[in-house]
Amino acid sequence: MLKLEKRASPSTFWTWAAPVVAVALTMVVGGLMFAALGKNPFVAIRTIFWDPLFGEFAFYFRGQLLVKAAPVILIAVGLSLGFRAGIWNIGAEGQYIMGALFGGGVGLAFYPAEHWFIFPLCILAAALGGWLWGMIPAILKVRFRTNEILVSLLLVYVAQAFLASMSLGLLKNPEGQGFPGSRSLAQYPATANPELIAGTGIHWGVIAAAVVVLLTWVLLDRHILGFQIKLAGQAPRAARFAGVSPSRLVLLCMGVSGALAGLAGFFEVAGPAGQIKIGFNVGYGFSAIIVAFLGRLSPLGILLAGLLMALTYVGGENASTNLGLPSAAIQAFQGMLLFFLLAVDMFTNYRLRLVRRRVA
Amino acid sequence: MLRIEGVTKAYPGVVANSDVSFSIAPGEVHALLGENGAGKSTLVKMIYGLVKPDSGSMRFRGATYAPAQPSAARALGVAMVFQHFSLFEALNVAENVALGMENPPPMAELASRIRQVSEEYGLPLDPGRMVGDLSAGERQRVEIVRCLLQDPKLLIMDEPTSVLTPQEVGILFRTLRQLSAEGTAILYISHKLEEIRALCDGATILRRGKVVGTCTPREVSAREMAEMMVGQTLTPPERAPRRDWGDAVPALQVKALSVASPIPFGTSLKEIGFDVGRGEILGIAGVAGNGQDELLLALSGELRTAPGMVVAAGVPLGAAGPNERRRAGFVAAPEDRLGHAAAPDMSLVENAFLSGAIRKRLTRKGFIDRAATRAFAEQIVKDYDVRTPGTWVAARALSGGNLQKFVVGRELSQDPQIILINQPTWGVDAAAAAAIRQAILDRAESGAAVVVISQDLDELLEIADSFAVLNEGRLTVPRPVQGLSVDEIGLMMGGAHGAEAAHA
Repeated sequence: MLKLEKRASPSTFWTWAAPVVAVALTMVVGGLMFAALGKNPFVAIRTIFWDPLFGEFAFYFRGQLLVKAAPVILIAVGLSLGFRAGIWNIGAEGQYIMGALFGGGVGLAFYPAEHWFIFPLCILAAALGGWLWGMIPAILKVRFRTNEILVSLLLVYVAQAFLASMSLGLLKNPEGQGFPGSRSLAQYPATANPELIAGTGIHWGVIAAAVVVLLTWVLLDRHILGFQIKLAGQAPRAARFAGVSPSRLVLLCMGVSGALAGLAGFFEVAGPAGQIKIGFNVGYGFSAIIVAFLGRLSPLGILLAGLLMALTYVGGENASTNLGLPSAAIQAFQGMLLFFLLAVDMFTNYRLRLVRRRVA
Repeated sequence: MLRIEGVTKAYPGVVANSDVSFSIAPGEVHALLGENGAGKSTLVKMIYGLVKPDSGSMRFRGATYAPAQPSAARALGVAMVFQHFSLFEALNVAENVALGMENPPPMAELASRIRQVSEEYGLPLDPGRMVGDLSAGERQRVEIVRCLLQDPKLLIMDEPTSVLTPQEVGILFRTLRQLSAEGTAILYISHKLEEIRALCDGATILRRGKVVGTCTPREVSAREMAEMMVGQTLTPPERAPRRDWGDAVPALQVKALSVASPIPFGTSLKEIGFDVGRGEILGIAGVAGNGQDELLLALSGELRTAPGMVVAAGVPLGAAGPNERRRAGFVAAPEDRLGHAAAPDMSLVENAFLSGAIRKRLTRKGFIDRAATRAFAEQIVKDYDVRTPGTWVAARALSGGNLQKFVVGRELSQDPQIILINQPTWGVDAAAAAAIRQAILDRAESGAAVVVISQDLDELLEIADSFAVLNEGRLTVPRPVQGLSVDEIGLMMGGAHGAEAAHA
């Protein structure tokens, strides 16, 4: 009989081995799924994981890697703060959209003026937009004890409706021949978020993500606020004993994760997406939840997990164009990653023991 | 009846029992004595079938005895009353008893059997009452009756008196003596040496997993037993005569403190008032669940009240949070060590930071001073003899007693003016308990005002200057300890809590 036994201390080995094992299991089971879809699993896995890095067209894919990874990392790092404290912001996707609308909206309000301050102002507005959208569930939770999971998640759909209304109305490109969507932010020099070094995919969002990873690492490792966040998540009563105010922490974590998601939204519409339009958001806000957990809620882990997730995006696109894999299969593949991670994660705190059953 | 021979059990890194032998005769009340970590629990778990010995043999009523699981042990007539009850508050007594039985009879029949057994053994118990409404003593009776219904040959009792009033202890002892007169063997585990002397016929003393002695408790003094247990000579806490600090206002004043409990099914505090001066130790007794947790929360600042309800050296602090109070010289050690006083998965260094950050100035502009924090943790481990491989281990890896030493040490090492402690030596072995009490006395002597909440009366009488009892959220008027008799204290405590003797 197999029995789970709680470990005295969390296992350091499994803390780091769990993501690796989870990735391996995902490849195996994902491979089976691809086989069931009638594709050669080895080719599929190679197309997703190997070709983008070392294949024939790697020069193109490698740049794409950072472009896809940056917003996910930026959002995931913000989410990880709340997740560590037991505050579940599931609505980063909505905050990401609102950031894009606020940032892009402010930029377009100046069109066609050229000022140095427009771009920084857009960034601030984007952070504000995401922050505001995050504050709605936060304030409702603090004041009325609503569940932040539900409220933040449902606000994603509100944000999507808002995005549609803006794309078709207020922000619609007057010279766009009636097509929905705003003027191009990427082609308006005051707001453009271009590739800074050709061929690398590095844009301002990538730099922001790198800076945020570093700052968060310092915060969690060295600052009393980081300690309080960890404490609140692990032992809420001990946190109150240590004088941590749960409400303050909710406002802080929801606000920070909202603001970072907002930033990611603006960098996206001003760069890779190019304009505000229906469906510019491709689920980075949800993928970031997976990435946050895959990265063990640690900033450096998230950095690696974000790159891995970007690889599945880039490789997945590659697989759907070259092998005709449906995009739903790629999403299921990404979902498996989180599923296996959470399952394998149990070994960090528990060990499996074989108990010989004896009849009394 | 039960004979244990050369039983050894090792866990990774520690030998819990090494070559332990002892025996119990039918009708004997046998005490198992030992410090924390001496191996009492492991031994009892083996007898009850929860753990299997690595080597050695057990014989029960003449036959080889190797229970694979508790149900096998119960089937052979071994029953156990645990220290922590496993009862459902929302079910009544009969339903709770039925849940612990292999083949419970129909409810009506069970209820009448419960009534019959409880009368027979002088344990008044109404099968139809909700367990949530019962006092700790009555809950224990539910557990005992559950065992008695199975007609045990050997009854194991783990620290049964820790939650009882003196009167309830009297009732329990009468029941146990009756059982032993009927031939039931009782294995009795306790820290309380006077009780063992009053009740037990024989005692086996364990230290570090080995049997270090046996004795007839009635014939030796409590002190001798304690010294066998600890393996060293115990020094009772020294008390210097109290100094008069000549303060105009007391260090801590609590005035008409009333506050609703934040804990579900908790006890609200009602009109609590007392003064504690510098150098004074106020001992607050009472059966658990009478507002002890709430009082500590209200004093430490986790539960806020009107400003004037808690006043430190003339400054109203009732509305201040824990950290503001720490700045004003407060330290607090809540009862629940794992999860409240300490974060289970965090290291000792992080746990030292948890409450020490403010008074020990462990941050610089919000950044954690790691070297200073580690030094603080190491100092606690050294000064309070916390047994741990290092300060990097998680708090949950420490045994209960060691973690208690760490928590109390952490608070007392912060040069406090006002000390609040709930159950300072709960689950701590005799030597460590003496050290903790001495540390509290030393702090008082250097001018701290101390409030100690404890269920251990002997402890309170040993260290406190004044004494009060918390009962259903109300506090009696504090009285000087000198001149108080145990009977008077028992009456102060008993109050509404069904301490009536059994009318069988």
